[in-house]
Amino acid sequence: MTLLLKGGRVVDPSRKVDGTGDLLIENGKIARSAGELDQTGKSRGKGAPPGVEVLDLRGKIVVPGLIDMHTHLREPGFEYKETVASGSEAAVAGGFTSVACMPNTNPVNDNRSITEFIRRKAAECGLANVYPIAAISLKSEGALLSEYWDLKDAGAIGFSDDGRSVMNAALMRRALEYASSLDMPVIAHCEDRNLSAGGMMHEGFVSTEIGLPGIPGIAEDVMVARDILLAEYTGAHLHIAHVSTAGAVHLIREAKARGVRVTAETAPHYFTLTDEAVRTFDTAAKVYPPLRGAEDREAIREGLRDGTIDVIASDHAPHARTDKEVEFDYAASGITGLETSLALSFGLVDEGLLTLPELIEKMTVNAARILRIPKGTLAEGADADITIIDPQREWTVDRALFRSRGKNTPFHNRPLKGKAVLTIVGGEIRYRDC
Amino acid sequence: MEQKKVVMDAEGIDRSLTRIAYEILEKNKGVRELVLVGIQTRGVFLAERLCRKISGIEGKKIPLGLLDITLYRDDLQTSHRAPRLGKTDIPFSLDGKKVVLIDDVLFTGRTIRAAMDCLIDFGRPKRIQLAVLIDRGHRELPIRADFVGKNLPSSLWEAVSVSLTEKDGIDEVVIEEST
Amino acid sequence: MKLNRKDILGIQELSVEEIDLILETADSFIEVSTREIKKVPTLRGKTVVNLFYEASTRTRTSFEIAGKRLSADTINISASTSSVVKGETLIDTAKNLEAMNPDIIVIRHSAAGAPHMLAGILRQSIINAGDGAHEHPTQALLDMMTIRTKKGGIAGLKVAIVGDITHSRVARSNIHGLTKMGARVCVSGPATMIPRGIEKMGVAVHFRIEEAIRDADIIMMLRIQTEREKQNIFPSLREYAQYFSLNRKNIGFARKDVLIMHPGPINRGVEISPDIADGPHSIILDQVTNGVAVRMALLYLLTGGIS
Repeated sequence: MTLLLKGGRVVDPSRKVDGTGDLLIENGKIARSAGELDQTGKSRGKGAPPGVEVLDLRGKIVVPGLIDMHTHLREPGFEYKETVASGSEAAVAGGFTSVACMPNTNPVNDNRSITEFIRRKAAECGLANVYPIAAISLKSEGALLSEYWDLKDAGAIGFSDDGRSVMNAALMRRALEYASSLDMPVIAHCEDRNLSAGGMMHEGFVSTEIGLPGIPGIAEDVMVARDILLAEYTGAHLHIAHVSTAGAVHLIREAKARGVRVTAETAPHYFTLTDEAVRTFDTAAKVYPPLRGAEDREAIREGLRDGTIDVIASDHAPHARTDKEVEFDYAASGITGLETSLALSFGLVDEGLLTLPELIEKMTVNAARILRIPKGTLAEGADADITIIDPQREWTVDRALFRSRGKNTPFHNRPLKGKAVLTIVGGEIRYRDC
Repeated sequence: MEQKKVVMDAEGIDRSLTRIAYEILEKNKGVRELVLVGIQTRGVFLAERLCRKISGIEGKKIPLGLLDITLYRDDLQTSHRAPRLGKTDIPFSLDGKKVVLIDDVLFTGRTIRAAMDCLIDFGRPKRIQLAVLIDRGHRELPIRADFVGKNLPSSLWEAVSVSLTEKDGIDEVVIEEST
Repeated sequence: MKLNRKDILGIQELSVEEIDLILETADSFIEVSTREIKKVPTLRGKTVVNLFYEASTRTRTSFEIAGKRLSADTINISASTSSVVKGETLIDTAKNLEAMNPDIIVIRHSAAGAPHMLAGILRQSIINAGDGAHEHPTQALLDMMTIRTKKGGIAGLKVAIVGDITHSRVARSNIHGLTKMGARVCVSGPATMIPRGIEKMGVAVHFRIEEAIRDADIIMMLRIQTEREKQNIFPSLREYAQYFSLNRKNIGFARKDVLIMHPGPINRGVEISPDIADGPHSIILDQVTNGVAVRMALLYLLTGGIS
């Protein structure tokens, strides 16, 4: 299929492009990208060969296919929460053409067969590009390294023991060294599990008032500091997942200034909500790391603004109703994020915190560079992964309409503005809402 | 439009109470085993007044109790009023006593039913009699007063209200018709 | 004034007027418990379910007696929290109970917020009989009732709450209640037992018990849970008893007419020395007596009238 995208505002931070323009898509690739194209792909030419679908995108924003570098697709092992297929559907509905998925499946993705299994499942449903992240340690137990070379060969694009912080500093050092030799990032879930033990929510005034055991911000800060020092020592690339504290932002900012190879991501709930959301014991707001205090949220926003935080990722963590409809203590942690991430992030542009290109950069090319994947650009010859956003579309979050099996969102019924209306993966329209 | 009619003034109330005091003594042949129990709230004040009158006549103090029947009501679930508890204080045994229950207005009889249930939880009186200032009719239960200050035939659309100095600053009985 | 709520989940959401109403109603119920026949027909035909996911003798018995004195049918269900993990969920249990049409469900649970979850789902009135370290509203109400009865009022009194504030729902409910009613409240205990930011709840913090109880009108001692020793919350019972307990030596710092309270059960010789617990300042058993009256008042006010 040949597609001609006409008249949209093309925002491609990978090439520092921001302006009205047209894109011609042929054979799954971006054939031409220019100010104004006719249907043959020639600038200001005449004539229209048949079989070209022309999309009038005036008033829309055309960006490289969004990348969510932190999701949980739950397969294998927790198919009742999500599958690669349902997660992929949620991804394209949320405007994401590529997602990286964390290894805390059952069994843990710590070997070639699981990595290949996930990729095969993704290929079968053929919606979004799915990039498995493999485990730092076998079974993510924090003791023994998994087989990084073999995993890379099988298609893994990074290593993480997400959900179970690596407590052993020596293991973390070896992981950084070993991954570095493969030019792959180690994605750190930073949490000192002794400091966070038993915690249910952020430790602060709200936890003091409602009596839920707290997880102090320093549980994150201590580990961010340690891992930065290890990255500095080894020279390896450390990526810090789901930054939630002011302390972490500060440490990362300093490390970057010193030239440490550290990158960082945060998730929309950390720049949108605070621990006040937990006051009603709403299990949809239970998440690790926990929703923090107002000063943390401010620091996260400042970190996004000044570039300390490179990436917005959803930390899409779908759960079944039965995992969440229990006492707060027993409820599973996590927020379904793929279908709300873009609109929540778009709010940062509306508020003037980020420019549109800055936001798109954090949701496309920055993640691609961290993961070393050939995505996140609208350059001619690149894969035709494209997201079309209607910046004016106002909609209300309705978890019942999620494609994801996870309906666990604290944003249910929240009015939002901005929505992916067309998601093109490899030149094919995979989601359309216009 | 509301019409207000004073049907008893302070003197009328006092004369009725004096008569009732004599009637109680006559019927019970003196004050032996006699106790008075006022029903919260205005029945309590009437009981206190009767108690004073009887003591004045006989030269002997008789025991006085007060009863709040809220916990014995049959309309707790359906009443639109806030359930408000008053004090119950019966500082003597009721066993074998001749109890005179005292209330301001006898209407459906439900309050008296509740009061009797309550009294019986406190002991086994020899007999229970009832004294009221006003009997306005419209009984819903087979209950009759032994001593009545004034029979006041009324319609269901009329409201009969008793004011007493102790609570309302004035002694009077008023009948109001709302149309 | 009428209690216009379906549930009693915590003191935090109660107004001063509501607390006054509950305490005044409770005062009236004291008399019922002194009668020969300690029973009134008020809640005849009503069913009160005591759903206890945590061991409790005092509170459960108190609710049961309260219900029975009002002629309600009371049913006690003791469920172990562990069955939550492998057995029926709380919501399923609750929905099954609802299907049997009780009128009030009293719940105690080790998880903060469990009563709130039920309140949001069930049409029945829910009374929180203690949820995790969050709130224990009926305890605070009976404490306030006891203080009011003994001292004639709450406003202006100095109240010291001493012990493991972090893990205490009794402390939280009382802080909400007492500060609302105009008392000056301070908390005391080792720093490991004082949660961050507690000052923002309107209380002063002292790490030495002598400072906390200085000129206090009321001292509220909290039970120390001995298992906290293993979590490095305090080094040993020996040290705790020596430096943080209320005893004959330090009670002199308080006012001469100080009253000593304890929600029970008492660890004699740990947080309070036996002679103080049994001494003339102790009103610990008055608290228990008033507990029945407060719970009667709540059962009564929650079922009474339609709004």
